[in-house]
Amino acid sequence: MSAMSSNNWDRRSILRATMGLAAAGGLAACGGNTGRSEGGASGKALTQYFHAYGEAGTQEAIKRYAKDFDGANVATQWITGSNFESKLFSALLTGNAPDVFEFHPQLQLIKSGQVAPLDDIINPVKDDFNPADIKSHTVDGKIYGVRMIDDPQFFFYRKSMLEKAGVDVPQTLEELAEAADKLTTDKVKGLFLGNNMVSTNYALVWAAGADQLNASNEIAYHTDEVAAALRLYRKMFTSGHLLLDAPADYWDPSALVQGLTAIQWCGMWAMPVMQKALGDDLGIFPFPAAASGAKPAVYNGGWSMFVNAKGKNVDLAKEYVKWLWIDQKKYQEDWALSYGFHVPPRVSIAESADKLKSGLPAEGVKLFTDYGRFDNINWTQAMITALEEVIADAVRKGVDPQKALDTADKKVNRELKKLFG
Amino acid sequence: MSTTTTRDVTRPAPAKVSKAKPRRGVRGSTFNFWLFTGPFLLGLVIFVYIPIGWSLWLSFFEARYTVTPNTFVGFDNYKQMLTNGDFVGALGTFTVFAIIIVPITWALSLGLALMVHRLRFMKAFFRSVFFLPTACSFVAASLIWKMSIFSGVRFGLANTILGWFGVENIAWLANPSPPWYWLVIVTVRLWLQAGFYMILFLAALQNIPPELYEAAAIDGAKPGWQTFRHITLPQLRATSTAVVLLLLVAAYQAFDEFFNLLAKTTWGRPPLVELYYTALGEDQDYGAGSAGAMILTVLICTVTLLQGKFMGFGRGDETK
Repeated sequence: MSAMSSNNWDRRSILRATMGLAAAGGLAACGGNTGRSEGGASGKALTQYFHAYGEAGTQEAIKRYAKDFDGANVATQWITGSNFESKLFSALLTGNAPDVFEFHPQLQLIKSGQVAPLDDIINPVKDDFNPADIKSHTVDGKIYGVRMIDDPQFFFYRKSMLEKAGVDVPQTLEELAEAADKLTTDKVKGLFLGNNMVSTNYALVWAAGADQLNASNEIAYHTDEVAAALRLYRKMFTSGHLLLDAPADYWDPSALVQGLTAIQWCGMWAMPVMQKALGDDLGIFPFPAAASGAKPAVYNGGWSMFVNAKGKNVDLAKEYVKWLWIDQKKYQEDWALSYGFHVPPRVSIAESADKLKSGLPAEGVKLFTDYGRFDNINWTQAMITALEEVIADAVRKGVDPQKALDTADKKVNRELKKLFG
Repeated sequence: MSTTTTRDVTRPAPAKVSKAKPRRGVRGSTFNFWLFTGPFLLGLVIFVYIPIGWSLWLSFFEARYTVTPNTFVGFDNYKQMLTNGDFVGALGTFTVFAIIIVPITWALSLGLALMVHRLRFMKAFFRSVFFLPTACSFVAASLIWKMSIFSGVRFGLANTILGWFGVENIAWLANPSPPWYWLVIVTVRLWLQAGFYMILFLAALQNIPPELYEAAAIDGAKPGWQTFRHITLPQLRATSTAVVLLLLVAAYQAFDEFFNLLAKTTWGRPPLVELYYTALGEDQDYGAGSAGAMILTVLICTVTLLQGKFMGFGRGDETK
């Protein structure tokens, strides 16, 4: 008996210790490592936030540029994972907020006084920027961010696969659906629109002849043509011709390079990797028209540098942004062309960018200028989420598109009312 | 039982220890009280009560992209959370999740414990093997489940096995109809937590006095189901209740696997995930998020009180 009870006691104490350890482990996980390095000898320090670019060498490049800046010790936070927005937004509320960060132009950041106007550093070289990039960053006559790179997004396809299946480059969304059907085999899916299919949502709206918002900032995406395009998307989703749940998402060239799909939605940034892997067996085309009379669409995404207006050293941050993204043209060119391909927003750099002058990159630039449309600064994060939920509901879940659009209308209108009254 | 009596006998008689130390007066014990509870209380106030109060305050304000708002909106945030459907849907998702995961984990961990308990050799080995997944992080496990086991491509593990039987590739996570994503979510949590509850059951099993089994055998109970049903299961009742409670709490706290496995969806979002997206995620609406948190708090308090009423928790030993 006594032996047994002492045995029990042992087990219990072990269990208790284990649970104690588990609790302690949970607490330890809360410890903060902000990744900020303390300031240099002068005490001047800046922190910059970047999302994790997929191309090799990008992180080193950003750190190399930063190191060259004499004015301050610049620490780089390279945010991995798919939720850069969340991490950036929550960091901006804290004392550890970045002084400079890359993001897309969004009105709520300006309305809440989060980002500083940068007219004084941009105005001297304003004419050297792509006018569309200036326009998409301007609110009430003030410019709020320095564009670093423009990233057109369109379809990439394997020429050999289309030839073999006897498929021409799709000119309409319906032809794209048919092509996906014909291209699908045991081994290869016809089309990859991304794992959650939200990355094509702007292109879909534009190619259906609509827009997110009209000139007076009212809902413009809720049209019968958009609903019809969503219905077609749903048909494609359920057909089994789409690559779904791929190990890497749309922004990564793997799906096309590894032969999982014949056509993939991706960005110009992935072109060098694709060309290296596939050689000439690669073509591109814009998002095809989804309504009669509508133009094909290309989404000109991209990244801009913003200065945190609530930061500790706004002037120094502005100086750094001016130094790197206005003055240091060799770094800007390196950033746009040496890793992935991006269209340089500076006209002078774009003109001298030989890598984009011939072959497939030149075709990409042509799509960018012919069909590309830029971010609308008035289309903010809550609206982005609302439109993404339309894709989730109408395409993946099978809710009636009109009903899904109605749901989004409520959310978007609530947001519009807050922003514009 | 016999063990307890033996212990009682051997235990030293309660000596008058307190009087042996006259220097320890009331002031000393007050000091010690604060010494031991102070740090904990301080932590409780800073990390629990202040945030709750702040959250309550935020819930009545238009607080977007700020936690120091100044636009009072009354009950608008509450109205928004209760009427827009997402939050109420999240409560439904949690209910479904709890209904699936709690009984399955309970049964599986009990089954594992029974098997390991009967082992005559390599007991420690199997105990460790089943317990080890508990040490794995939910995020890491979710990524393995998402990218290698339940990836939608033909070389994903699950699809490869189905392929042998000529079944088409399944998009486990992308397509919500049929809702295969539940399989992914439930299996990952099962793998991670079953071993831990198995240890709890194992401890309880080893605490059942062998005399009970001997007596049952003499009274003619057949080994196997009959003994299990009438001896083992009733003896495990206290542990079972505790396990079910712990499982419910864990299910309620589920976040990582939902967050990592399901992206850009409108489904499969339990309350914590929904509130994360509302308040801390891309929307940064701290007002609405706090209102949701308050609603959730009221719900949890109600459920806990009801549970105490029906199951007798919190009642002292005397009332039993």
